[in-house]
Amino acid sequence: MNALQVKNLSVAYEEKVVLKNVNLAIPVGRLTGIIGPNGAGKSTLIKAILNQLPNKSGAVHILERPLNSKDHTVGYVPQRNAVDWDFPTNALDVVLMGRYGHIGMIKKPSTKDKQIAMDCLKNVGMETFADRSIGQLSGGQQQRVFLARALAQEAEVYFMDEPFVGVDAATERTIIAILKDLKAKGKSVFVVHHDLQTASDYFDWMILLNQTITASGPTELTFTEDNLQEAYGGKLFFMDQAKSNKTFN
Amino acid sequence: MLTGNLLWVLVGAILLGIAAGLNGTFAFLQKQSLVGDAAAHAALPGIAIAYLIFQQKDLPILMLGAAITSALAVYMIQWIVGHSKLKADAAIGFVLSVFFGIGIVLLTIVNQTGAGNQSGLNDFIFGKAATMAKSDLVWLSSSALLIILMCLLFFKEWKLMIFDPVFAKGIGLPVERLRVLLTALTVLTIVTGIQAVGIILMSAMLIIPAAAARFWSNHLGIILVTSAFFGALSGALGTIVSSFRTGLSTGPIIVLCAASLFLISYFFAPTRGLISKSLKKKAFKQRNVAKEATNHE
Repeated sequence: MNALQVKNLSVAYEEKVVLKNVNLAIPVGRLTGIIGPNGAGKSTLIKAILNQLPNKSGAVHILERPLNSKDHTVGYVPQRNAVDWDFPTNALDVVLMGRYGHIGMIKKPSTKDKQIAMDCLKNVGMETFADRSIGQLSGGQQQRVFLARALAQEAEVYFMDEPFVGVDAATERTIIAILKDLKAKGKSVFVVHHDLQTASDYFDWMILLNQTITASGPTELTFTEDNLQEAYGGKLFFMDQAKSNKTFN
Repeated sequence: MLTGNLLWVLVGAILLGIAAGLNGTFAFLQKQSLVGDAAAHAALPGIAIAYLIFQQKDLPILMLGAAITSALAVYMIQWIVGHSKLKADAAIGFVLSVFFGIGIVLLTIVNQTGAGNQSGLNDFIFGKAATMAKSDLVWLSSSALLIILMCLLFFKEWKLMIFDPVFAKGIGLPVERLRVLLTALTVLTIVTGIQAVGIILMSAMLIIPAAAARFWSNHLGIILVTSAFFGALSGALGTIVSSFRTGLSTGPIIVLCAASLFLISYFFAPTRGLISKSLKKKAFKQRNVAKEATNHE
């Protein structure tokens, strides 16, 4: 079974084409990295798959079904800067938001929902911060809370937009451990990632993207210099690698 | 002084304050406070048109007229922002002044017609809670109760919608409909309050209690309760004080009460108030200095 199937997906913002004729078929149970240079349309791809964009054409199937807003098979971790961290709420409350789809409109979260949320916080090593207001968390802690919220969705397929950006080393290790755990449980995970240094260690499947798909498949077949040069453009690629070397040291 | 009618007025003002405090908190967190201001000013032409058509000042009719032009103004702001290069601040300023200008022109016409100058429509500008008729207060109170009920029902959905609309949509919440509902309730809050508080200052009831309450907590539930309390307190005080003297409008007094509560919150609130913040900063610095001193030993 395919976790994700995309046929002829194109997206345009106003007149500018961001994604052109994207076709993908990715089997269940993979940890997939979505890799590409800045402006390649990585976040756009996720948003289009999740039905968040009006200007798109093409068909998307998740677990062989078109995405239905009522089913809870898809979990989502947006970019950390997509929300206002000064919003008055605490860590546990944000994780509990992952349960809202299961709870339903107007109804209140049950004790079981709260228990699940607490367990998910524990999973990311944040249980002692449950009552902490989100504005007082560090970047890495905020990212873990977002991850815990996605775990609380108890989904089959997960999409994560740049979860490793601006986080500390400990958080990066926690996140990758959880991703591998999800994979071990047979879930499918898609992660937008831009650090080429770590990409081949983290993911067993890769989508190389630059407005259109350069390559998609098992890491050992797709993560080749030729493909990367094509996605990044020869010169850009080496500059990027030099840059990421710098930030790593 | 506390006659039977004034008691009714007080109940109405308190309910209105609670409704505006709750609804205003959501609008405030959504950074839509100024849209409320435009919607309030845009109520004036609606009131005048309703009066010109029906030649009577029954509150439900005037409220309906106000609601129509208010909603139209909000829609126009959203349309301008969505369909032009103008940013929200310019769109709000434009719509607010145009609607209010039209309203003033129409009000002048109303005042020049036969019965018009006794119509009391002028009171809608600054508000006169103390002279409201009991039947009007029943309208005001039931409308305020409806708003309070809706804010309690959709608390969880609005919280998520405002904090993270993309995620909200992802889990299947009808984000667009929830947003329209919240805007509609803001318009209803304004329309409910304009006779008591007045068009010009009605938005203060939405903004100031919510802004003041934000200093007291980092928890939305507590902020909502605090904001509702501040709204009720300013509503009640404004009504009582303005009833002492004929010619004293309610709106300005309410704003003064709310602004005092805001100043107190700004300086003295234990969570985010200025004094508590600077004390925390000082303690942090001292700790660091002490740490460095021990490190150097």
